[in-house]
Amino acid sequence: MENIKFVIEKSARIDKLVNDLYEKMPEIESARGLLVTESYKATEALPIISRRRAAFAHILRNIPIVIRDNELIVGSATVAPRGCQVFPEYSYEWLEAEFDTVATRAADPFYISEKTKEQLRGAYPYWKGKTNSDLAKSLMAPEAYEAFVTHGMFTPGNYFYNGIGHVNVNYEKVLQKGYRGIMAEAQAALNKLDVADPEYAQRTNFLNAVIESCEAVVEYARRYAVLAREKAKKEKCPIRKAELEKIALNCMHVPEFPAADFHEACQSFWFVQLLLQIESSGHSISPGRFDQYMYPYYKKDIEAGKITQEQAQELIDCIWVKLNDINKVRDAGSADGFAGYGMFQNLIVGGQNIHGLDATNDLSYMCLEAAMHVPLPQPSISVRVWNGTPQDFMLKAAALTRLGTGLPAYYNDEVIIPSIMSRGLTLEDARDYCIIGCVEPQKGSKTDGWHDAAFFNMCRPLELVFSRGVDKGVQIGPDTGDVTQMKTFEEFFEAYKTQQRYFIKLLVNANNAIDVAHATRCPLPFQSCMVDDCIGRGKSLQEGGAIYNFTGPQGFGIANNTDGLLAIKKLVFEDKSVSMEEMRAALNANFGYGIKGAAAERITGEIAYQLAQQGIEIDENVVRTIHEEVTTAGGIESSKKARYQEIKRLIDETCPKYGNDIYEADMFAREVANSYTKEVEKYKNPRGGIFQAGLYPVSANVPLGAQTGATPDGRLAYTPVADGIGPASGRDVKGPTATANSVARLEQDVASNGTLLNQKFHPSALAGLSGLTKFVALIRSYFDQKGMHMQFNVVTRETLLDAQKNPEKYKTLVVRVAGYSALFTTLSRSLQDDIINRTQQGF
Amino acid sequence: MTHYGTKGRIFNIQRFSIHDGPGIRTIVFFKGCFMRCAWCCNPESQSYEIQTLVENGKEKIVGKDVTVEEILPEILADQTYYRRSGGGVTLSGGEILGQPEFARDLLRACKECGLHTAVESTANAPFEKIEMILPYLDLYLMDIKHMDSAKHKEFTGAGNERILANARGIAESGVQLIIRTPVVPGFNDTPEEIKAIAKFAATLPGVREHHLLPYHRLGQDKYAGLGRNYALKGVEPPEKERMEYLLSVAEESGLRCQIGG
Repeated sequence: MENIKFVIEKSARIDKLVNDLYEKMPEIESARGLLVTESYKATEALPIISRRRAAFAHILRNIPIVIRDNELIVGSATVAPRGCQVFPEYSYEWLEAEFDTVATRAADPFYISEKTKEQLRGAYPYWKGKTNSDLAKSLMAPEAYEAFVTHGMFTPGNYFYNGIGHVNVNYEKVLQKGYRGIMAEAQAALNKLDVADPEYAQRTNFLNAVIESCEAVVEYARRYAVLAREKAKKEKCPIRKAELEKIALNCMHVPEFPAADFHEACQSFWFVQLLLQIESSGHSISPGRFDQYMYPYYKKDIEAGKITQEQAQELIDCIWVKLNDINKVRDAGSADGFAGYGMFQNLIVGGQNIHGLDATNDLSYMCLEAAMHVPLPQPSISVRVWNGTPQDFMLKAAALTRLGTGLPAYYNDEVIIPSIMSRGLTLEDARDYCIIGCVEPQKGSKTDGWHDAAFFNMCRPLELVFSRGVDKGVQIGPDTGDVTQMKTFEEFFEAYKTQQRYFIKLLVNANNAIDVAHATRCPLPFQSCMVDDCIGRGKSLQEGGAIYNFTGPQGFGIANNTDGLLAIKKLVFEDKSVSMEEMRAALNANFGYGIKGAAAERITGEIAYQLAQQGIEIDENVVRTIHEEVTTAGGIESSKKARYQEIKRLIDETCPKYGNDIYEADMFAREVANSYTKEVEKYKNPRGGIFQAGLYPVSANVPLGAQTGATPDGRLAYTPVADGIGPASGRDVKGPTATANSVARLEQDVASNGTLLNQKFHPSALAGLSGLTKFVALIRSYFDQKGMHMQFNVVTRETLLDAQKNPEKYKTLVVRVAGYSALFTTLSRSLQDDIINRTQQGF
Repeated sequence: MTHYGTKGRIFNIQRFSIHDGPGIRTIVFFKGCFMRCAWCCNPESQSYEIQTLVENGKEKIVGKDVTVEEILPEILADQTYYRRSGGGVTLSGGEILGQPEFARDLLRACKECGLHTAVESTANAPFEKIEMILPYLDLYLMDIKHMDSAKHKEFTGAGNERILANARGIAESGVQLIIRTPVVPGFNDTPEEIKAIAKFAATLPGVREHHLLPYHRLGQDKYAGLGRNYALKGVEPPEKERMEYLLSVAEESGLRCQIGG
């Protein structure tokens, strides 16, 4: 019945590689942390770019290397599988504080040995006051820092504590010219420099740093060649011996020189991918259009009969496994936000070429096949869709969706190309876009996109309208007046926009401070040599070396705000069935409902602390009483409680909700979304680029929701905020077409940093060719209406519940979280619950 | 009053339906049925009266009087999906022939908007009523549940003579006709019974497809919600292997057969 193209048998090697990779909890290793410290101590007199180059080279010459059993593509950042290195130059205090809890925490635990702790404790004092985040903090306006750290109005924490990442470099150039070629290019630029050039000194330093970084990379590859040869000598099995000999040859030749065959191209690709993640801790290092730049090598080998399709598939599968060998430890808070050991290495297939013609090729299909062979979270595989996308390619992608790993994500060329052109890209560059990290489009190898610049929780400014800009007893936002005195809904909505405008300004300040810090303390010569036009301009990516520069902070909470504002409009201003005073009181009282879970513990602690401040003695009994009142809303008198619950019922049952194909509600959601996106785009960054908004939360809607009180859409306090641009959880009752129609009414092309729509399906909806065909039609119909992105969780509720109960049975169960896929069992309980509760589209 | 003002009684409009005709479809469920099939998964569809159903402890009113004009926007809301998938609108029930004027006028309005139209019906009504809708219909999805009239009557409350005669009438009219059979254990799940239906279907001019729909229990709770007994309590849905065997039997008729709609 179904005739899915490119079904290729999986080699037995792949399962062995996967099993070995997942045998143990990932481990934190100290080598990089110690080496970077050593190097920094020895280079204090040098300019920063030279220190960065020296540290990179020192690391590559000394970091332990390993070739794992059965590997055909080699190169690992850590000796332990899926281990991670540390990057103290960005920040370190959080890790030191979590040394004893990181192995047992709920989200993304890491093993760390006592020896590693001791070694890192020895290195850390050197970094006091010297890290990137120390500098960023000192550069921020105090009110911006407070709004971020103390009040959680937005969180630029990702780049505050870590490297930027979020880049697609010019893999093609490395494959075609090798680092020898790039060194020659840098040398040529050096030779051309005029000694009287006012930037002679900086440019010279940068170009020399490029050359020496590339030299270190070549040496690093040779270390692998030597190791492979040694292993080959000792190897008894003749087949493995030959494999190791080929690995040794590959590593002698690439990435120094142009790749001679497909296997070398794969190895060269992998060194680039790996080393970018040793130079810096930035995640979302995205391979981009792998099917395009790898294709010439595949085609040549296939045509010459040098390789079979099965062999090529095995090599691609090996890369898939390797992409899961890279890992990163984050602080506990961020681990919740990026749950599932997310590395967000986004690899995209299909779509148009620079001429506007369809570029789907054999490798596009084989990458989807690899994602079926290796059902792990990495890479985040994406599919570009346009009107000319072959139907059998869409069916192949749908067959992958049906497996339930949440992959691939689908992107609409017809929206993204004009959207990024409106930000200044040329038509050819726009057609050649790839996706970075979760959902962020960029023209690879020419862009420093700063795509994940911050999360902005749009529910918080709405809270501050009710409190007149006061949070935790402090006036942090503008006083927008007493809500009970507001005469019209327009006045209320304007107050919301005023609060939001103010905090967007602070967000911009925080982002720009961090931006300057990266340029000052962590410029990256190796990464920069593969993005245009850093070599030409003689400066790093972090200093504005890229052709296209953006900063992309993402907002979320559109659905909650839309539903909430509509409820206020209807109940308070139109029907006058609820007074503003009652609404405010109901929100403060969580609609008369108790607070559940971890939030209850936190609130209890906060109340106890406040009472203690007032001189009241706190003992176990007092705490128990407070806790009971918090969880049962016991402190509220029963008549008020009943009224508050009635208000929630009125909101739930009588007010229009976004996501049900109600034109007026959807158009209002558009206004709410634009109040964020069109404000953000007014600002500029220090690299000479502009801000552009995204609308997606990664998985921050859960932890940031846990900091947000009850909202007027009937959402209870501290529960998750709506994810992406989709409807609030459980509010969409008309099925996937109605939801998609609603979401398509947003002006998505203005959110040029990406949008995200999650849909959940039962596998039976994709049964047979007919199911797949209808599923494809659903995607295409959403895209016909200018939807930008769509992704799917196809797994039964029962499976997820069982996985919660028996995590050991589901070690490799992958689900789509938000813009990426993660191992379900490694997610925190609350995020697991959120995924289970997300409306299952029924039919 | 034009056909847009015609009134009818429905109990649900379901969008993104993918098992009731080609492509992605919207189904309009008519209230009221002539038959009382023991396995019916929509027992709330059977009575023409507006009823109260208890669902998850909450009372829900089942049944609503609407005009063609009132419900057309919701049907048209998914036009993009119909176009991409070759879908359209399906009228189902209940039995749509219980409200032939409304069925005709709703189908006519849908055709005027360029939609593909289908009905799910047992055709157990005077042929004049069927003739009313045929000009506006692209596809007739017709149930034939059993070839033995006595057994048919025992399980559905009605004999099958008129149904079989009407099947021929519809086939001869030239409207695309697909025969569907709910496969219910203990009623019609033997190879002989399925074979007889398929054989009959193959004699109908122009009929090329026969669909076997495995019995399911998803409507069971609704019986309790209506204060009724579920007659097939304890009956298990047919196993996959059984369905595949019956499929192979049906295929002997030379028709294109499939499991599921």
